[in-house]
Amino acid sequence: MSAAEDIVGAVHTKVRHDSARGHVTGSARYIDDMLELPGTLEVVLVTSPHAHAKIISIDVSAARAADGVRGVVSAADIPGHNDIAPIFDNEPVLAEGIVDYVGAPVVAIGADTYDQGLAAAALVKIVYEELPAVLEIEDALEQQLFTYPPQVITIGDPENAIADAFRKIAGEVRCGGQDHFYLESNVALAIPRDDGDLHIYSSTQHPSEAQHGVAHAVGIPINAVTVEVRRMGGGFGGKESQPTIFAAIAALLATQTGLPAKLRLRRDDDMIVTGKRHDFLFRYTAGFDDDGRIEGVDILMGMRSGNVADLSPGVLARALCHADNCYYLPNAVLRGYPCKTNTVSNTAFRGFGGPQGMLVIEAILEHIARELGVSLDDVRAVNYYGTEDRNVTPYQQTVKDNIIVPLVNELRTKIDFDGMSRAVDEFNASHETLKKGLALMPVKFGISFNTPKLNQAGALVHVYTDGSVHLNHGGTEMGQGLFTKVAQVVASTFQIDLDNIKISATRTDKVPNTSATAASSGSDLNGMAALNASEIIKDRMSDVAASHFGVDSDVIEFRANRVYAGNDSVSFSELAQMTYDERQSLSAAGYYSTPGLHWDAAKMTGNPFNYFTYGAAVAEVVIDTLTGESRVLRADILQDVGRSLNPAIDLGQIEGAFVQGQGWLTSEELVWDKSGQLLTHGPSTYKIPGSRDVPPEFNVHLLEDAPNRFPTVFRSKAVGEPPLMLAISVWLAIRDAVSRTADHRHFVKLDAPATPEVILNAVEDIRMRDRG
Amino acid sequence: MYDLLGNILTINFRLNGEPCEAVAVAPTKTVLEYLRDDQGLKGTKEGCAEGDCGACSVVLVRNGTDQRVAVNSCLLAVGQLDGAELTTVEGLSERNGELESVQQAIVNEDGTQCGFCTPGFVMALHALRHSEETVSEEIIHDALAGNLCRCTGYRSIVDAARAACTVAVQGTTPRADHETSEAHEVGGQKFFAPKTLAQLVALRAAYPDAPLLSGGTDLGLSFSKGREHFPTTIFTQNVVEMRHIEDRPDSLTIGAAATYTESLPFIEAAWPSFATLVRRIGSRQIRNVGTIGGNIGNASPIGDTPPCLIALDATLQLQGPNGPREIVLEDYFLDYRKTDLAADEVIAAVQVPKLDESQVFRTYKISKRYDQDISAVIGAFRLTIENDVVREARIAFGGMAATPKRAAACEVALIGKTWTEETARKAGTLIAEDFAPIDDHRASAAYRVRVASNLFVRLFRDLAGQDVTEVVTL
Repeated sequence: MSAAEDIVGAVHTKVRHDSARGHVTGSARYIDDMLELPGTLEVVLVTSPHAHAKIISIDVSAARAADGVRGVVSAADIPGHNDIAPIFDNEPVLAEGIVDYVGAPVVAIGADTYDQGLAAAALVKIVYEELPAVLEIEDALEQQLFTYPPQVITIGDPENAIADAFRKIAGEVRCGGQDHFYLESNVALAIPRDDGDLHIYSSTQHPSEAQHGVAHAVGIPINAVTVEVRRMGGGFGGKESQPTIFAAIAALLATQTGLPAKLRLRRDDDMIVTGKRHDFLFRYTAGFDDDGRIEGVDILMGMRSGNVADLSPGVLARALCHADNCYYLPNAVLRGYPCKTNTVSNTAFRGFGGPQGMLVIEAILEHIARELGVSLDDVRAVNYYGTEDRNVTPYQQTVKDNIIVPLVNELRTKIDFDGMSRAVDEFNASHETLKKGLALMPVKFGISFNTPKLNQAGALVHVYTDGSVHLNHGGTEMGQGLFTKVAQVVASTFQIDLDNIKISATRTDKVPNTSATAASSGSDLNGMAALNASEIIKDRMSDVAASHFGVDSDVIEFRANRVYAGNDSVSFSELAQMTYDERQSLSAAGYYSTPGLHWDAAKMTGNPFNYFTYGAAVAEVVIDTLTGESRVLRADILQDVGRSLNPAIDLGQIEGAFVQGQGWLTSEELVWDKSGQLLTHGPSTYKIPGSRDVPPEFNVHLLEDAPNRFPTVFRSKAVGEPPLMLAISVWLAIRDAVSRTADHRHFVKLDAPATPEVILNAVEDIRMRDRG
Repeated sequence: MYDLLGNILTINFRLNGEPCEAVAVAPTKTVLEYLRDDQGLKGTKEGCAEGDCGACSVVLVRNGTDQRVAVNSCLLAVGQLDGAELTTVEGLSERNGELESVQQAIVNEDGTQCGFCTPGFVMALHALRHSEETVSEEIIHDALAGNLCRCTGYRSIVDAARAACTVAVQGTTPRADHETSEAHEVGGQKFFAPKTLAQLVALRAAYPDAPLLSGGTDLGLSFSKGREHFPTTIFTQNVVEMRHIEDRPDSLTIGAAATYTESLPFIEAAWPSFATLVRRIGSRQIRNVGTIGGNIGNASPIGDTPPCLIALDATLQLQGPNGPREIVLEDYFLDYRKTDLAADEVIAAVQVPKLDESQVFRTYKISKRYDQDISAVIGAFRLTIENDVVREARIAFGGMAATPKRAAACEVALIGKTWTEETARKAGTLIAEDFAPIDDHRASAAYRVRVASNLFVRLFRDLAGQDVTEVVTL
């Protein structure tokens, strides 16, 4: 096809984010930027100062009488159900009877101004009786305090396999949590409508769940609530279940007062009140042969679930389902414990347990390597999944699309990994203070929600008589470029230029019963639903064209903004008008559900993933052996994205995910005090990477000629989460640098995040062990 | 809205090129809230309200200057705008829709994802583009250190900066030279902006409880997050004498209201290591209004400049109703946030002796992140070394005690000794005698002691020039 016959903005081309211009001019509106209706209330929360306490009494009388206060709600004022649990039950909007973490919302005040709300909040009198608090994973494990029953994946006979193995190791490692630090904190605006209905603007990745939460709390049917979101200022999983709480609170105040109510969490409140990535404690034993081939492994995962389950069951299942990463584990028992602690309930965060699951298996392989005195990559080589055999996961899904070995080899060759390694040795030989480290990280990540029912999506497409197209679907835009990608899918399907497609805000009254935009599935699911809707309309238009040209509809071809029957053609807009004239519908609801998925949550087996995506990264770091400071000097990435829907957007996703993962594993440290109070609740104390922290040499490549072997939308693959795990290369490289200070004679003890303090301790520990 | 003589005065400035008068706006309202709520300019975002994320960045030509500088509008009081030129993201693109170069470059490089941080990046880079610096990789990171992006991984934004900011800008920035008012009052809130030291001292005596507002990078938190509405605030950055920097062959005297940015070239010339540290204090947005005077005035145990200034044997010049008073900086810090400053005194300037030929100075800051982080430990060392023997040592640490403090035992262990790595190491082991630091979210006490001690070894290796000693230099 000649260039003149291409459309602008087709799939597989580098198309800019649809809001790029709005972003740089400041004209792209976020919820807090919308013009407010007169009388809009500012909502202020009164939260628990205690990690665990009984609520003896709540007296809001003085607050209710304060200047500017229009409404006050506590659990007693909730007309519906005080429960917004996404999976289980009994996860309150506002604390009832007890508070079980510092920051739990207890009372919400709606006032004319924020300062009036704050002043009134200070007048709320809550009497608490403090109860003993469990703040550490170890304590919850010991006391068997879980938010729901433990999950265990077993394959083969791990106990005997480990017992019979020639070599064995045992160890413990932990990784920290991570605050999402989306730049836009959580916000919800509830506007009362006729008959007690509510229109909610919510910064949510999951409008349907916010809709359900509001309906349940207010005590009205789901059809009385519409949730809308045009864009979020970042989500990363932090706006999957958490926004429901704030949407419900704003809705309760709007209902109580009859006035619009806006709840925008200030940064510190957002960090204190909402959940984060789960921190994990891992304990493992492994048996292996002289080549390092794993014969059996037993991994315990103590996950900090927090005060309630929230999304923890899914996170833990994914952690367990990624503890194999790219490796065949013939005999394994993977035990997951969702530890109930008196800290904020942890939640979804890009990777959703995958990063934690992979981190422990990499630590185990490294432990084996040190034990055998070989390289980590040597151990990996004998453990990679096979393509024909050794290809069944511990949860009994067969890996059918394995490309990890050729992908890793391609990256190693591309960057001359062996040469880099020699250069690192040379540097270390000539430098006393600074030591470099180098590590590769392979990643295999399962795509689909672990819970099969979530793998469905809807879209709504209208073609107007001028040929312009309105696009709506259940996915939300949080910066990842989903709206752009789905619009490309529609443009390519109709073969019209992308600027004919109007992207519109996600709304529960346009596309109902949606899943969260999560699990990297946004374009896989919504792209397919939009494709389906477009094809329905296109078929009708084809019939009209066929009738017009007097040909069979199967010879009708949509190409470059026109519709052809052989040499005859009409423009797309002309055909749209003709279709209307023929009284055919130009609107269609599309739908998609991922085929072939099943999961037995009791047995923890099944076929939870539609396909796997693969990637590899190499990171080179330097550490300071006097201070523990570190720096990533270089990162090289080769990522499988199938046949990319949009290489520019995918590149941004990969770079951003890697740097975010790097932050999780290095500078981002959540610190609580002994009373359960989070001490790191703003960017002054919680340090996400800045521009200087990005590897100065940062080469990202998309794997070429790699169409998805499964029939996904235009043979693309998901991209949102997988590259985050590539950053484990940074953590491994830091461990490598520490290890090299004692010529790899000892296994490095170094948890994540590898802050300067953690690194310095590891250096001193290994030197001490080396001295014997 | 009356001045000292009872004249009605308002806060006048230019907003995106147009004259603007803040009417009935509380003078300590933050500029961010003023822009969003009063002006309806929603392009400027609140990401943290503590000056650490940069989403609220705007560009200011401060009164009496001709430089466009990026500042955090979340920490800036409306009263500080008097006489200034303020540009927001809405003021950049042309009326015909043509984007400003930085905006276009960010679009071209796919430098936005969620877009919430973007206006702040645009403003930071707009200021860089208009600066007279030779733009390098180093300078770009310096200019972006105050802006956090959680989506892109920055590579695309840095590429955009390189594309847009390495091209010289035509024309110069006009000087902001508008008449300013000495006092404003709105809703019972008084905001004084004296122009002379004498006026300032008189106001200090009249309102001993009023906070002194300089750049506002610390006090601004009381406005933005603390939601405090002080009845009276005294702004010092219009005091002519206090903005003065006097560079003499043997000393540098920095007026208490001179910004870090204004002081930096002079510090660079005298003590390059100190300048490296200053570039790690906050961000450009902070340093463009923040002052060393304020860093001393708030007496934080983790302020970055006091350990350096103590090691350099600086003297404070105070001014009170009875005239000037000088005090050695080391004696100024009494206890946690307690100083020797009398209630009716103000800090006018800090005088720092320059090094003689036998002296060397180094300072090292340890934090979780290189840029824009608060120190876990900061060490500052001034050694006098003659014929390889340490004749004098002035060593001070921050983050190790309730005040910035000298390492007396370590100093003693060095003086008179031959300067070797072993000497340095041994002196470092005495840190535990000098300090009993605390555990907090930045570091444990044990780490603080260990790293402070190790800094002596770094000092030796650094001075010896035999080894690369900082990861950031690779």
